[in-house]
Amino acid sequence: MSILKSNKILLALVAALMIAPLALPIAGEFGGSDDQAEGVIQEVAPGYEPWFSSIWEPPSGEIESLLFALQAALGAGVLCYYIGLRHGMSKRKD
Amino acid sequence: MHIMEGFLPATHAIAWTVASAPVVAYSAWRVKKVVEDNPSTKLLLASSGAFAFVLSALKMPSVTGSCSHPTGTGLGAVLFGPWVMPVMGAIVLLFQALLLAHGGITTLGANVFSMAIVGPFVSYGLYRLIRTSGGSLQLAVFLAAAFGDMATYCTTSLQLALAFPDPVGGVVGSAAKFLGIFALTQVPLAIAEGLLTVVVMNILTKYSAGELKSLNVLSRSAQA
Repeated sequence: MSILKSNKILLALVAALMIAPLALPIAGEFGGSDDQAEGVIQEVAPGYEPWFSSIWEPPSGEIESLLFALQAALGAGVLCYYIGLRHGMSKRKD
Repeated sequence: MHIMEGFLPATHAIAWTVASAPVVAYSAWRVKKVVEDNPSTKLLLASSGAFAFVLSALKMPSVTGSCSHPTGTGLGAVLFGPWVMPVMGAIVLLFQALLLAHGGITTLGANVFSMAIVGPFVSYGLYRLIRTSGGSLQLAVFLAAAFGDMATYCTTSLQLALAFPDPVGGVVGSAAKFLGIFALTQVPLAIAEGLLTVVVMNILTKYSAGELKSLNVLSRSAQA
């Protein structure tokens, strides 16, 4: 099987894995698992007070999603630059 | 997966930092050495770090009805060996701790230990095991990335269990609770991470065969 074809199948599987939890009747609000862990900490150690808080926090959900998108964009930019470069170089050799 | 700022008692925070710091320092030296010894792989090394950057920014839904994110550290571990990942993972975690209030400075050592040390070493060990026993590159990469991801989240659960033992069940009881959240949520995400890592490896096999051969990922005599 060509690489392009098998990658298409693999990406379709990833998409299915991401869509399934949203499409199936699953009880849950799709919050972060970190927040759930915080709940367990409060349950097993009710007296625990975090002794340090973040130096800076994004002022809103919008700014937070901006920064997460920036992180993904920076990574994708570098990765895709590299793949594009090698793709072009291998074409030239042919 | 990151343990949030202030959510490890100071003694634990310090202990994990002491454990991780020398590994990160040695890792930085190894990265420098890879770049010096094999400069043609510099861009591929940067791309491995970039892959971890992308994947750890993507919070994905899981069958447990909550969200978590993959780690992306398996690719670099398979390509360059596990020692290059601690410093790259630490950069990702520092970015998220400072700019996203995701994870934290006090918990950085513990998070580096789980995501940038345990994950990549499990990935690399499994990859070597499968390759030397004759498994295909794709299978080895898939399992390495998926189980590296799982290992990271299991480590996080154990770190929290050690810090917060259950009043009745102790560390074991507490570990079961944290694993019930982190490990369970992570199963479909780890599979997704394994598949995505194979996608990238397929592309590399096609277009970067020369580099993969110089890294001994592809056999030097094999056809690209």
